Amino acid sequence: MATAETNVPAILEIADDCLILGHRLSEWCGHAPILEEEMALANMGLDLLGQARALYAHAGELEGKGRSEDDLAFLRRERDYVNCLLVERRNGDFAHTMLRQLYFAAFMQPFWREVAANSTDATLAGIAAKAEKEMAYHLRHAGEWVIRMGDGTDESARRMADAAIELHRYTGELFMASPARQKAIADGLLPDPESLRGEWDATIATVFAEAKLEMPEIRVMQKGGRDGNHGEDMGHLLAELQFMQRAYPGQTW
Amino acid sequence: MYSQGLIGADSSTTESEEFLAAFQARIDREEKIEPNDPMPEGYRRTLVRQIGQHAHSEIVGMLPEGNWITRAPSLRRKIALLAKVQDEGGHGLYLYSAAETLGVSREQMTEELLSGKAKYSSIFNYPTPTWADIGAIGWLVDGAAIMNQIPLCRCSFGPYARAMIRVCKEESFHQRQGYEIMMTLARGSEEQKQMAQEALNRWWWPSLMMFGPHDSDSTHGDQSMKWKIKRFSNDELRQKFITATVPQAEYLGLTVPDPDLKWNEETKLYDHGEIDWAEFKAVVSGNGQMNRDRIRDRNKAWDDGAWVREAALVHAQKRADKQHIAREAAE
Repeated sequence: MATAETNVPAILEIADDCLILGHRLSEWCGHAPILEEEMALANMGLDLLGQARALYAHAGELEGKGRSEDDLAFLRRERDYVNCLLVERRNGDFAHTMLRQLYFAAFMQPFWREVAANSTDATLAGIAAKAEKEMAYHLRHAGEWVIRMGDGTDESARRMADAAIELHRYTGELFMASPARQKAIADGLLPDPESLRGEWDATIATVFAEAKLEMPEIRVMQKGGRDGNHGEDMGHLLAELQFMQRAYPGQTW
Repeated sequence: MYSQGLIGADSSTTESEEFLAAFQARIDREEKIEPNDPMPEGYRRTLVRQIGQHAHSEIVGMLPEGNWITRAPSLRRKIALLAKVQDEGGHGLYLYSAAETLGVSREQMTEELLSGKAKYSSIFNYPTPTWADIGAIGWLVDGAAIMNQIPLCRCSFGPYARAMIRVCKEESFHQRQGYEIMMTLARGSEEQKQMAQEALNRWWWPSLMMFGPHDSDSTHGDQSMKWKIKRFSNDELRQKFITATVPQAEYLGLTVPDPDLKWNEETKLYDHGEIDWAEFKAVVSGNGQMNRDRIRDRNKAWDDGAWVREAALVHAQKRADKQHIAREAAE
């Protein structure tokens, strides 16, 4: 079955996740705690920005209105970005950044694996095959750091615990399927995120146990990103991201 | 990226005539000197200083360009810039490793950078106010660095020479991406052209200063040349750079901001106007627009990351202890 134009919003959800998290990681450039992490954070950012680029190009083609990858990445209103709230959270300290990465990668690695194996959309399956390998690395890298920091010094353990309390409430949205996502699931493009919950829970539980971290009890999960209801940090992120395209409209760079 | 402007190492050395003659004979036979080989103390000191400055330049150099990653104008440019700045960090890593073969640790070198004791290339003490500065840095600053680093691939110290081979390949890619940014701007709208011209105006003279003082005023060149750490003089490299770059500017339709620049049919080189050495000295000695900001940013990253590095060490120790206990229990 050919992927329909009606699936564009679901693809944009994933593309926006990749763009916004890639952008956040790129903010670290020049400011990482250790030179090796300069390399690793940039690498992970590059992976995500590369995935975003491929997804926007695909979405633009499906949409058929002549919107380029850059039109989609740079020229929408805040309300039209449909990334989950987790990825737009500010970097905070290194504990926040690595935990955010762990939460996201622990979801995306199996997600891409399923897309690669089962998607009816050959382009998406192709993007997924590469992305799965990349996210497996992110998962390993972020997991190792969460363990180091969780089971490191008193200070690093405290910071790790703070990050978990802060960020865990944004993980519920990973498993929610918007109407657009439900359509893509029904069309066989994407896996049902709910079906990945068991694996995600197990991954996080393993890392937390080794990190001697307590799983925070969160009663109310935050949501809204998929509807374009973002937190206050998002506008500032977009102000930077979109600066050149807004200040000099319609030019080639 | 780096150039040979401010080495200033003390190459004085106290070994016997015989030792120095034998060492010089190896150099003259173009043999590579390796870390465990006997070498004059002055040779070692010069290299530690030079490779350290080179490494610091790569690391501090991440900041002016990093300034534009979050504002890059397209996805393609954003990815290319992030990858480029990551390369610079990678160069820093190789170079610190090359210096470590001479018995100085990365931590020691980092401390000297953060305290302001160690120098880095002064070019990074200029700001990057516009996107065009990213093009100009790639084109001119990386271009100048390549002029210096190509001969370093034949440097007599093996680890440095080998590191330079990969670094040069990457720098040459950076230079082309910088030039391509300039080309896109130069062929763009009036405001893009103006942005490109202004960036050229800002970066031209500082790029020429990257090659260091005139040979007549340079005190440390001779011994480095003799030891084949350095292969060309400051002025020779500066001339090569000007000769290569002026036609590139013409091709872009941009004007090099030097009214005295003209082709000399006799020397087959460009004559150029007087370099403002007072500005050079001011920036080298800490009074450029961005000197304080650069060092403050590096210190902040280092201080903010202290707890992360400590956690990694403590965790590694815990892990080693656990393995040790497990091994003992098994025995």
